[in-house]
Amino acid sequence: MTTTAGRKRYLSDNPRYLAALFMSPAVIYIIALVGFPFVLAIVYAFTDISTGNPELDFVGWETFRRVLADPVFREALWNTFLFAVIANVLVVVLATALAEVLTKDFKGKWLVRFLVLLPWVAPVSLAAITWLWTLDSIFSPIDWVLRELGLITENVYWLGRPASAMASVIAVHTWRIVPLAAVIVMAGLIAIPSEINDAVAVDGASSWRKRFQVTIPLLAPIIAVAVLFGVILTISDMSVVYVLTRGGPTNATQVLSTWAFIKGIEGGALGQGAAVALFLLPVLIGITAVVLRLARRREVL
Amino acid sequence: MAVVEVRGLSKHFGDVVAVDGVDIRSEEGEFLVLLGPSGCGKTTLLRMIAGLEQPTAGEILLGGEDVVGLPPRARRIAMVFQSYALYPHMTVANNIAFPLKAQGMDSELRSAKVQWAAELFGIERLLQRRPRQLSGGERQRVALARALVREPTVFLLDEPLSNLDAKLRAAARDDLMEFQRRIGITTIYVTHDQVEAMGMGDRIAVMDHGKVRQLGTPEEVYHHPADVFVAQFLGSPPMNLLESANHLFGFRPEQFLPEGIAKDETDRVPFTFHVNRIEYLGSERYLYGHIRGHDKTKIIAMLPVTVTLPIAIDEDHKFSVARDQLRFFDRDEGHKIPPQALDA
Repeated sequence: MTTTAGRKRYLSDNPRYLAALFMSPAVIYIIALVGFPFVLAIVYAFTDISTGNPELDFVGWETFRRVLADPVFREALWNTFLFAVIANVLVVVLATALAEVLTKDFKGKWLVRFLVLLPWVAPVSLAAITWLWTLDSIFSPIDWVLRELGLITENVYWLGRPASAMASVIAVHTWRIVPLAAVIVMAGLIAIPSEINDAVAVDGASSWRKRFQVTIPLLAPIIAVAVLFGVILTISDMSVVYVLTRGGPTNATQVLSTWAFIKGIEGGALGQGAAVALFLLPVLIGITAVVLRLARRREVL
Repeated sequence: MAVVEVRGLSKHFGDVVAVDGVDIRSEEGEFLVLLGPSGCGKTTLLRMIAGLEQPTAGEILLGGEDVVGLPPRARRIAMVFQSYALYPHMTVANNIAFPLKAQGMDSELRSAKVQWAAELFGIERLLQRRPRQLSGGERQRVALARALVREPTVFLLDEPLSNLDAKLRAAARDDLMEFQRRIGITTIYVTHDQVEAMGMGDRIAVMDHGKVRQLGTPEEVYHHPADVFVAQFLGSPPMNLLESANHLFGFRPEQFLPEGIAKDETDRVPFTFHVNRIEYLGSERYLYGHIRGHDKTKIIAMLPVTVTLPIAIDEDHKFSVARDQLRFFDRDEGHKIPPQALDA
């Protein structure tokens, strides 16, 4: 009997069924939470559905035409672009510098590493609320320090004026993404063979020449990946702007993600909200394609 | 060109003593090999000479000048690394030009120098390629060109052949020897490969546990090992070692020959060799067994293919060694001692 039992085949012996079984949780998760809303958004974008009229009346490109005609949309599009570019330029510079510091040996390195990573592990909305208090129009500790130092006589109203509100949003985005980018760049720094650094030392290059002619060119593919993550996180995130300014004052900090939410969820125009949200998609796909391509080309060299 | 000298050089990494009071002095234009098993401190010694590690104690003199504390760029040394460490994002021309750019040399002189170095190693046609597009041997030549373009006074090489396959290695060794002879630059070469060391070195420093066990010509270290470690590290198979009344004595496997094969006019010491196993390797035969009276010590004899005498397994055979080929060592310390009388 034992011999026949040992020979018996089970369904789970078949790699095809087994593979399908193991894959299914991930596939179901993606379909339910990403695929379904995505398809729904595309369908909505071609209808005039709203919370008041939940019927799917297809209107073709009419929704997009209306969205594009809205001056607030154009301002939000420009802001999205502006915030992503400025924040990520800052992120690249700060993260590369930080990564270099964190790969050096010094006392209390673990504490510094921990503190650097803290903004990344903190929940976005919690962090944004902390910043909301920090930038408060009356109780801002930044203002207090500046006042005590005699640099200002009255409060700045960080989030109350267009320029300082935009600067604040960019600063918070930068603060949030720098840790992730620094860790990515750090991994790249550690991956540079130590013999390359020895060769640079023997060849007698100064530290600036080393940084700009050897280290950064070798890091370029990994910095591109960090930029990719940074751009996607700034463009797709709505919580920072929403918590800090709700797009104000008078849409000065409005971005596409907050505008889609305000229009579609708060304003009830589901079709238009979906159209605004979808507007980001080709942009993000385009950026991803370009950056990945650059990264791959650097690797081939 | 310069003489390299280290005096009482030590390097500690925490509790680990990597290099332990080494004294070496090279000759002008010499090819000096540092040979030893991995972890013997040979690479650390080389890196200290290069200035990539700071010594814990001791002096390093390049051309008579103490360079301890000087950065690598101030030492006029060139180094070739095991992986060659070419800059992967630069063309061959830019790789070779990099140390010149770092010196601030103007671009006209620079390109002339790059051209000169490229011609020296026959790589002119590769100048616009990138390291990824080169074979192992070509990469080595680029690394050599980059090292030599600054016309250094000392040339340091860290196992530069170990990344090449066996066939390429022989050719690369040839090339390297030829370049070194032509330029006549003092060269320090680190390797764990005794064939490389014997074949290339004017002299060999055999290292173990951070110390230099012997410094001598290939003939000296092979035929007159300073101690038991050198005797057993060099030679493949290593020297046979036997214990006598109050000392150790040894002989090379190729010196251990059957009765009647060796020339009879020399004074020979006879042994009864019990053969357990024979390995036939084409150009020679290895005989494994032991000598009667020393049954616990394994002995290897190496017979060249020209010795066709049949040897039977599991039988005793009359073998002998020329008396002047016996080497004697202190039993406790392991160092070389003068010839002793052998008890029967």
